[in-house]
Amino acid sequence: MKKYAMVIDTKSCVGCGDCVIACKTENLVPEGLHRDWIVEDVSGKFPNLNMEIRSERCNHCSNPPCVTYCPTGASYINRGTNIVLVNKSKCTGCKACIAACPYDARFIMPEGYVSKCTFCEHRVKKGLSPACASVCPTHSIDFGDVNESVSNVSKLLRKRKYKILIPEAGTRPNVYYLI
Amino acid sequence: MMEVTITTNKMNHLVDPNLHIWGWEVPVYLFLGGITAGILIVVSFMLLKDNEEKSHVVANRLALLAPVLLSLGMVALFIDLEHRLYVWRFYTTFRFTSPMSWGSWILLIVYPISFLLILTTFRKGFSKASLWIDACIQSKPRIWRYLRVYSWLLDFSEKHRRLIAKTAIPFGILLGIYTGILLSSFGARPFWNSPIMGPIFLVSGVSTAAALVVLFSKDREEIEFFTRVDIWLIAGEISLLILFITGMLSSSEQHLKAIQLILGGEMTTYFWIFFFGIGLLLPAFLEFMELKGRKIPGTIAASLVLFGGILLRFVIVEAGQVSTWIGY
Repeated sequence: MKKYAMVIDTKSCVGCGDCVIACKTENLVPEGLHRDWIVEDVSGKFPNLNMEIRSERCNHCSNPPCVTYCPTGASYINRGTNIVLVNKSKCTGCKACIAACPYDARFIMPEGYVSKCTFCEHRVKKGLSPACASVCPTHSIDFGDVNESVSNVSKLLRKRKYKILIPEAGTRPNVYYLI
Repeated sequence: MMEVTITTNKMNHLVDPNLHIWGWEVPVYLFLGGITAGILIVVSFMLLKDNEEKSHVVANRLALLAPVLLSLGMVALFIDLEHRLYVWRFYTTFRFTSPMSWGSWILLIVYPISFLLILTTFRKGFSKASLWIDACIQSKPRIWRYLRVYSWLLDFSEKHRRLIAKTAIPFGILLGIYTGILLSSFGARPFWNSPIMGPIFLVSGVSTAAALVVLFSKDREEIEFFTRVDIWLIAGEISLLILFITGMLSSSEQHLKAIQLILGGEMTTYFWIFFFGIGLLLPAFLEFMELKGRKIPGTIAASLVLFGGILLRFVIVEAGQVSTWIGY
């Protein structure tokens, strides 16, 4: 089985928002809605401040509460991978998955069904990277299979210090942030 | 240590800056579902105790409200759906891990049970309507012949009333508890994430059903009995609420932060003054004084209990959505 992961380097990300634009263009995300977004996390006390910039999205968790909670099976894990997808013809728009996601990664489309980041599954199955990773001007976003020890993402996770978001929620996310 | 967090570019409708996916529809549904569960439980209990004479409204007539209120609740739930044409998808599958899937099937089973419960005492409780239907069946056999099923069901229900009541009690409990589990199983929303939520909603549901009896009944003995029952239910609800709060206070950082919403946070006034004070303690006090012989109309306490029941759901649904793991 392929275990896709995204590794995002917070040290080289400048928060330009190109990943957001690329995603909206590639996936025709309607105006006012976003599948990925930038978080600028400033901490410390002036003048000793520290800033971390993160490009965030659905974490394609290995234990996804949105899939567990979905009453119709519309939220599902794509066969053979760990990519979490939504089948819009099964979605009732009950919004349980939105409440179940601790990362607030899901939203309602104007048509009424739920949508979110798909790791650009339509590109990945052709061997391409997700749109956000392919356009990043500082090469901060890497994408690949962590089950393959020679993949870029595996190497980065071996070499660098990283963190995942809200590990205590038990969702086992697959988006890693290099710190 | 000062911490500043700035988010840009999320801005998703109903999600950012605070989750607000469920408006009035879900609390209203949870209230109506809870009261329906309460009705099933009190009616069946009175039937099993053979209290039809003593408790006319409850044993013979109250059940009629169960499918009516449940239907209103389901209408609210339907309005809440965003992809309404696909509502049938709830019934093409059963997801073992999804409380909402359990709930949609429980609702489907509760309907026939509540109809049978009405029929067990239909002839006694609604004698005029019953006689009219009988007359229709006999006078126009061609048009009304399908209603013979009704006669058969009526006979069946009257014959097996104890069995029906015994089935209705566990399904009433299941429905009442489910309205709480629906929320408590969301690990991502710390305020909801307490196992006490199910019992709180169940007891509150039965309490509102008891209040409904007091509102509709004209029989003094029946009113007095349910007033006494309601005091005990309110006492139980207060104990469960204390357990809920202490449980949250001894839990993780996220739960501690979440419970602050009602312990000094933005929901404090709604919870303590309007729900706990006016919707719980005040009616309990009024009911106590009524039983002591003071002349206070029972409808005041009953209305306050119903007000408290609906406010509890509003406060909890809202607080759960505000509580979060990430805080940005």
